[in-house]
Amino acid sequence: MTRTLVFSRAENEALRQELERDPSVILLGEDVAGGAGRAEQGFIDAWGGPMGSTKGLIQQFGPERIIDTPICEMGFIGAAVGAAVTGLRPVAELMFVNFVGVSLDPIMNEAAYLRYMLGGQVSVPLVIKTAIGATGAGAGNGGGTAAQHSGSMYSLFAHIPGLKCVVPSDPYTAKGLLTAAIRDDDPVVYCSHRALAGVQGEVPEEAYTVPIGRARVLREGGDVTLVGIARMTGVCLEAASELAGQGVEAEVVDLLSLAPLDEETVIESVRRTKHAVVVDEDTPRCSVARDVAAVIADRAIDHLDGPVKTVTGPHAPVPYSGRLVAAFVPSPEAVVAAALATLRD
Amino acid sequence: MVLIRRFEERIDALRQSGALQGSAHLSIGQESVAAGVCARLNRDDYVASTHRGHGHAIAKGVDVARMMAELFGRETGTNRGKGGSMHIADTSVGMLGATGVVGAGIPMALGAALSARRRGTGQVAVAFFGDGAMGQGVVYECLNMSAIWKLPLVFVCENNLYAESTPAEYALGSTDLAPRAAPFGVPACALDGQDVLAVYDEMGRAVERGRGGGGPTFLECKTYRYHGHFLGDDPRRYRTAEEEAHYRARDCIEGFAERSGLPADELRSFDEEAVRAVDGAVAFAERSAPPALSSLTEDVYTR
Repeated sequence: MTRTLVFSRAENEALRQELERDPSVILLGEDVAGGAGRAEQGFIDAWGGPMGSTKGLIQQFGPERIIDTPICEMGFIGAAVGAAVTGLRPVAELMFVNFVGVSLDPIMNEAAYLRYMLGGQVSVPLVIKTAIGATGAGAGNGGGTAAQHSGSMYSLFAHIPGLKCVVPSDPYTAKGLLTAAIRDDDPVVYCSHRALAGVQGEVPEEAYTVPIGRARVLREGGDVTLVGIARMTGVCLEAASELAGQGVEAEVVDLLSLAPLDEETVIESVRRTKHAVVVDEDTPRCSVARDVAAVIADRAIDHLDGPVKTVTGPHAPVPYSGRLVAAFVPSPEAVVAAALATLRD
Repeated sequence: MVLIRRFEERIDALRQSGALQGSAHLSIGQESVAAGVCARLNRDDYVASTHRGHGHAIAKGVDVARMMAELFGRETGTNRGKGGSMHIADTSVGMLGATGVVGAGIPMALGAALSARRRGTGQVAVAFFGDGAMGQGVVYECLNMSAIWKLPLVFVCENNLYAESTPAEYALGSTDLAPRAAPFGVPACALDGQDVLAVYDEMGRAVERGRGGGGPTFLECKTYRYHGHFLGDDPRRYRTAEEEAHYRARDCIEGFAERSGLPADELRSFDEEAVRAVDGAVAFAERSAPPALSSLTEDVYTR
């Protein structure tokens, strides 16, 4: 049975079902419940996570499994790694991906490397669940959350051997990828775009997985391949509709998994369409967009009839003002322009 | 203690003769801390170690032959030649690994303690670290979390007075470290780390508290390393011969020999046994094959 759910409730359902299924699953992080330790005063589950995706879990599973931590990302993510190598399956919530700045050591030097460095003695079944992306685009007063709460940064995780990294684009892939991440025996960074938290979509009631390491083709077309990541997949779909109005049939590949990267699906599509545009909200240098472009150049250049284009944020931190955010985030118009440019060349 | 010393002396000799290369840090002089702490642990209790971890591994029961093979970079090593001295681990005896990042083992041990409690196993976890780690913020994050959750965790600070080449009196606002734990609500004591029996006694109380649900303990073991920070470091570039002589006069193995009242022939037999084990370890390492090149990309992921 499927029904309509918003993105953050799809995540919540994945967590709930896996917590029910496997007693070794725990969730820890800042304000995953909120107002901790005041149940006797009637305060419980004050926040349920900053996006509400962990709401209601503490009532069902208790504070031994839904653990509000002090604000100490290096400490509690390091602890999650220690728990993961000693029999638990922790989901550690890194509230915003920029906070990787105070937690990269346990993510990289421990979680990612341990299995290799220890000669295969351990596996690290850990999920780092984190929020990415810019919000607040618009022409009105005010803006979003600025540079330290709005980054994407997933290229960092994709770069580190030992980590997997997934980026859902709708409620269906959110639930399926989060479930797959929790069941995976390797450390997975699950990146949830904040602007998608309220997006609705069809989601099966029962537990299911979306396989990690596989992209999907969301729209078929023979003229140009648009590769999207997280929210940019929706931008690609909008651009594809616009292009269709101009007689250009675009194929949209939703990457879903940045590590491992599903090169085959991308290459197979580009070999048919002979044109590619990779769309990524992240900044351009050393980005997933340019990595995918390099893979296309390396493996399919003989099939290309135009340059591989990338559409990304600028080489700048995410700004605050809504007007600037709107200029930062790649738009369907920019994707259309890039597609027409590669078709023209 | 004797086995740790003979093992590390051999590493030093192999290095000096040119027979061994690679990064390693010796703990000669402070064997009493590893021995006294681990003698109180069960096989399945957890230890997260430091870059100076040979002693912790040996005291926890890791096979010295497989450790030596790891130092030689061989397939038969504890880590199949992928970790070396700085990452020796054997999870079958609860040794979660040495670490190359100062302080990084502490949250790992905290997580192991959290995991033990969740699984209801009664295990305790030990985090070894040095005075150098007391400059890292994660120590205080973990003191705090261990206290609020009353975890079965023992913080063992090996205060050997040096963070690499930097003296504790320069790098630490106060060189007495045990008092730093109390404000977090973690019971603490400072003790003579050169006295293995004193370490053993205090560790007994700490383990009892942890297993009984009483929460964490912080032990500051005042100790000293005879060698430099790393193999090849000359410590005379930053400390005096007089200071070294002062601490060598309080040697932990000689001190134990005197205090224990054990007969000389029994002490000699410990030593002979240790030398035989180290000889065997070197022979095992030398005859072991290097890793297959196919292992270069194995175990990055589980599959």
